[in-house]
Amino acid sequence: MFPFGFTLREREIRGALALTIIRALGLGFLGLMAALVAYLVWRGLGAISWEFLSQYPRESMTAGGIWPAIVGTLWLAVGSMAVAIPLGFGTAIYLAEYARPGPLLTVIRLGVNNLAGVPSVVFGLFGLAIFVGFFGFGRSLLSGCLTLGVLTLPTVTAAAEEALRQTPASFREAALALGANRWQAIRQVILPAALPGMLTGAILALGRAAGETAPIIFTASAALTLAPPESMFSEVMALPTHIFNLATNGTRIAATRPQQFGTCLALLTLVLGLSLVALILRARLRKGRKW
Amino acid sequence: MAQAIPLEPKLSPSEKGARFFFLACAVVALGQMLLIMLFLFKEAGGLLGSVSLGDFLFSSQWYPTYDPPEFGALALIVGSLAVTALATALATPVGLGLAVYLSCLAGGITREWVKPAVELMAGVPSVVLGFVGLVVVAPFLQNTLDLPTGLNILNAGFILALMAVPTIASLGEDALAAVPREIQDASYALGATRWETIWRVTLPAAMSGLSTAVILGLGRALGETLVVLMVAGGAAQIPHSLFDSVRPLTATLAAEMGETAIGGPHYHALFALGLVLFFLTLAFNLLAYWLGRRWRRG
Repeated sequence: MFPFGFTLREREIRGALALTIIRALGLGFLGLMAALVAYLVWRGLGAISWEFLSQYPRESMTAGGIWPAIVGTLWLAVGSMAVAIPLGFGTAIYLAEYARPGPLLTVIRLGVNNLAGVPSVVFGLFGLAIFVGFFGFGRSLLSGCLTLGVLTLPTVTAAAEEALRQTPASFREAALALGANRWQAIRQVILPAALPGMLTGAILALGRAAGETAPIIFTASAALTLAPPESMFSEVMALPTHIFNLATNGTRIAATRPQQFGTCLALLTLVLGLSLVALILRARLRKGRKW
Repeated sequence: MAQAIPLEPKLSPSEKGARFFFLACAVVALGQMLLIMLFLFKEAGGLLGSVSLGDFLFSSQWYPTYDPPEFGALALIVGSLAVTALATALATPVGLGLAVYLSCLAGGITREWVKPAVELMAGVPSVVLGFVGLVVVAPFLQNTLDLPTGLNILNAGFILALMAVPTIASLGEDALAAVPREIQDASYALGATRWETIWRVTLPAAMSGLSTAVILGLGRALGETLVVLMVAGGAAQIPHSLFDSVRPLTATLAAEMGETAIGGPHYHALFALGLVLFFLTLAFNLLAYWLGRRWRRG
């Protein structure tokens, strides 16, 4: 219970001490992360030039740029959303608007929640077994997009369901009272209100997909490509796997150090940029909400 | 008795179609979960022909490319648990401290800027953090502590803690913010100082959410691949100190999957590792769920 044996002065000193430690922990961590990002930006800017961003790698990766990795990452991220958005939004609409409490709802919810906790490398294994092997898509852009799509599905679904549940019940009731059927109410009233929130979640998932490495090592990524992907069945380079390959494989690890820092900065900019857009959208949404 | 008026008299075709479509989406999403489990079990089951379950779980001899190969996963499981335990020990005080700072100490404007910054930090790609561990932390450890290698449990635990702190802080702040204002005011009214209120009223009231936050942060560290692949050192051995290298489950999967023949014993052994990983993270998630409910009732 309260430390009655202490004078008020002693209690205040203890409190001040404890709060100082907490401040130091919090601010210390923020400072450390800021220093880390600043270091990556400083070393990365040294490597980044127009040539670096727009050209193919040359001379065993020690010269040239990362253009194919940028293109590959964008294709993978967009492709994964093409899988996850329709399926995730559809599932969210079912969960929020149609499902009645019961065993089916419990099972679907459990399944989606558990999917969210599965480590990304397990998705990589799954993608290798089913998309690369079983369906025979091989190591390809298509296999990578499907794997990342399955990976991001729980995030997209959860954010979309949250956005749908935040639309007031009165919207639904008003539409139904005017004679709309459920689908008309969803399409013309609920979706327009919830869509910005649903898309914010999707942008966050897009950023996550762009930064993932483990799921695409086995399913999509090539160490080097010298032409843009011809079709969905081509292997692609990607920024995360490019960093990993340059920093850990081969004999030119020290010689490609500037390229490694440059690629890190490019990836960091892309991923944090997408997250930032989503956070700003979300903040503006909350401020501008009229209900 | 008059016949009850049916609530939904006749469903129009578009209504029926829409309902069917959305149900189909949900069933496909569920089906993917089942398919993942099915494939993990099916492909992992193939291992039982070459090694017994006891040997797989309790032997630490992992020599997949020897002839005959040995598939003892104990050292890999211990490796995963070791780096996760260190990451937890480092990330829990810092993450909860940051959560308390954001929720109870920081002013309105600071909080408005710092909370999104913490959320952004949670999105830093793991390969970038692994890269930092590789080129900054490892040489630093090696030189200052005079070690044979800087790629060890200490390095991996530190980088994993950097990943887990934003998750713990962000979820923890949500939990603290949900504590009712009234019980904190009551504490102040009784003459408690600010720290006494935080320590004896706010933190216990938020315990459910805080423990969930820590465990989800842990789950993230346990499933993280690229960091441990790049900085844990990769030696399949039972570690004896923080400065030993280990080869966690996730790192083993990522390192060996590319080189193995689909359908061989090694391939099946890697799926068995995936299954172990799946159950470990499942256990963490269930623990988080259970703790959340237990504290709420208490």
